[in-house]
Amino acid sequence: MDLFEHQAKELFAEYGIPVPRGIVAHTVEEARAAAEQLTGRVVVKAQVKTGGRGKAGGVKVADDVADAQAKATQILGMDIKGHTVHKVLIEEASQIAEEYYFSFLLDRANRTFLAICSASGGMDIEEVAHTAPEKVAKVPVSPLTGVDRARAREIAVAGGLPQQALDGAAELIEKLWAVFVDEDASLVEVNPMILSADGQVKALDGKVTLDENADFRQAEHAAYVDKAAEDPLEARAKEKHLNYVKLDGNVGIIGNGAGLVMSTLDVVAYAGEEFPGQPKPANFLDIGGGASAEVMANGLEIILSDPSVKSVFVNVFGGITACDAVANGIVSAFQLLQGRGEEVTHPLVVRLDGNNAALGRQILADAALPRVELVDTMDEAAKRAAELAAVGA
Amino acid sequence: MAIWLTENSKIIVQGMTGGEGTKHTRRMLAAGVKVVGGVNARKAGITHEGLPVFGTVKEAMEQTGADVSVVFVPPAATKAAVREAIDAEIPLCVVITEGVPVHDTTEFWAYAVSKGNKTRIIGPNCPGIASPGASNAGIIPADITTKGRVGLVSKSGTLTYQLMYELRDIGFSTCVGIGGDPVIGTTHIDALQAFQEDPETDAIVMIGEIGGDAEERAAAYIDEHVTKPVVAYVAGFTAPEGKTMGHAGAIVSGSAGTAQAKKEALEKVGVRVGRTPSETARLMRDIMSS
Repeated sequence: MDLFEHQAKELFAEYGIPVPRGIVAHTVEEARAAAEQLTGRVVVKAQVKTGGRGKAGGVKVADDVADAQAKATQILGMDIKGHTVHKVLIEEASQIAEEYYFSFLLDRANRTFLAICSASGGMDIEEVAHTAPEKVAKVPVSPLTGVDRARAREIAVAGGLPQQALDGAAELIEKLWAVFVDEDASLVEVNPMILSADGQVKALDGKVTLDENADFRQAEHAAYVDKAAEDPLEARAKEKHLNYVKLDGNVGIIGNGAGLVMSTLDVVAYAGEEFPGQPKPANFLDIGGGASAEVMANGLEIILSDPSVKSVFVNVFGGITACDAVANGIVSAFQLLQGRGEEVTHPLVVRLDGNNAALGRQILADAALPRVELVDTMDEAAKRAAELAAVGA
Repeated sequence: MAIWLTENSKIIVQGMTGGEGTKHTRRMLAAGVKVVGGVNARKAGITHEGLPVFGTVKEAMEQTGADVSVVFVPPAATKAAVREAIDAEIPLCVVITEGVPVHDTTEFWAYAVSKGNKTRIIGPNCPGIASPGASNAGIIPADITTKGRVGLVSKSGTLTYQLMYELRDIGFSTCVGIGGDPVIGTTHIDALQAFQEDPETDAIVMIGEIGGDAEERAAAYIDEHVTKPVVAYVAGFTAPEGKTMGHAGAIVSGSAGTAQAKKEALEKVGVRVGRTPSETARLMRDIMSS
């Protein structure tokens, strides 16, 4: 989960990392009040979870309260790479002497952590990394030894930071490491990390990605969930512990296993290319290995309440849970839905393969469920589901 | 022969007394797999599913001669369990547990490296490893296929099963589910190397998915070191950027890690890449029948 800049900075502040004073504003009035409180020059910064916001005009300096109000008016509601700006951070303007880049991240390829540090910070760090890689230090960090003050200083030196910034940078880097480890982050980025005119090293921006697998020991991370941005169907699915992602097509997808479902999305999209309107998957839904009747019913219910869905493709491979159990799950799911008054009115294409596939298909055939079609292979079933979505069924 | 897991492998289960541990121990035993005991520090001395439960991995190895551990403990306890397996120097540790924090995996991997990599780690968040007709460590339903001469390595569980099932008449030497997390113990490259060296494997199926650059690196490895035919499948061509779809590792950020990039890297070194799992199976069928 990515944090907003203001959340990242609030977190930094808890760890004693110097950040500019700032106030979050959701409206122009709040922005004005924030600027009055901070006094002097302020920066109005769009709060969106995407990069390139400065270049898109989402960060503006304001000379006084009236100007801050004007800049907030421009930025609130703005679209930045598909993200609508719902809030801005009003921050006291910093006297910047120099700008650096710093991050801790997970290095997947080398299965370790990495510190990246450069004296050439600011918006164009990717460009620098590309054209002058020698200016960007990449220092592996072992989780067994971590980063103490001395190690932090070595990293700052490797990044080419000047003498007058080293003490402040080392302290900041050591504290960022604490954030990275104690908060179970997979990314902590500060760009720019600045040396201010009065010689202080500060985090002028903050980007933090948290590992959701660690939620069991990071209870307070639940507060960071951006409920406003959550798709309502995704939120409902989450309540039922379903692994569901809303997509923009019209073929509802249910499958077992993340890889198989991802593959199903691809196969349906390919099949859809051949039909008018080019039907595409409406969602990702992995009901897991077990595929019990209740999970199947909950999944079907979510998918059928998506108004864009025209047909549904149930793609299950019977492994440990054999296909007869899965078929019984589908039959029970229909009964459960009927009991809840949720009649299944969409065509449902079912493909069962693997253990006891023949028995599973027989169970479904005998149940004679309305609008359920059995297709033997994944490719053919995808084609049929796309076709049914194309005709609007 | 098969790779890493043979009919002589003796398996212990860390977390055998828990729900998943119990269920899959029972399954493995029913399939004739040599499960010789379990590990649970708080339940040492009891008998579970007819097997002795030991306090530590070390003790279980000493008492039973076990050389494989399968880990079913909850995510919060996984790091400690794997470190214990590493300390005991068990040759193979298969981590089934899903939802392990990436800091924990990165740490136990660093620990394994610091101890000289005496323990091969598979996973976490993986279905395990099966050598059909010989042994099965984990949750792969090995009865959907037969013994044969194709090696399979995959990031995804159910896609592994799909390919095993489609090629059940041809059969497999070993199927390895390496897991879909951002950091894993055994990689595609490790499996490719082992299959290349295995005299009982004639061809290799590799299944990848979006995220990271493991498939690209595997392609480079194949180009240099693998002479056996390889066919591949990559899932996630149509997955949107920035969305996690079940596997924590399967997330595309920016231009890196796309299915298209992986497919191109593999095709460039002569690997045939199927558009669907079934087409991938057909490609392998062509190779094995020619």
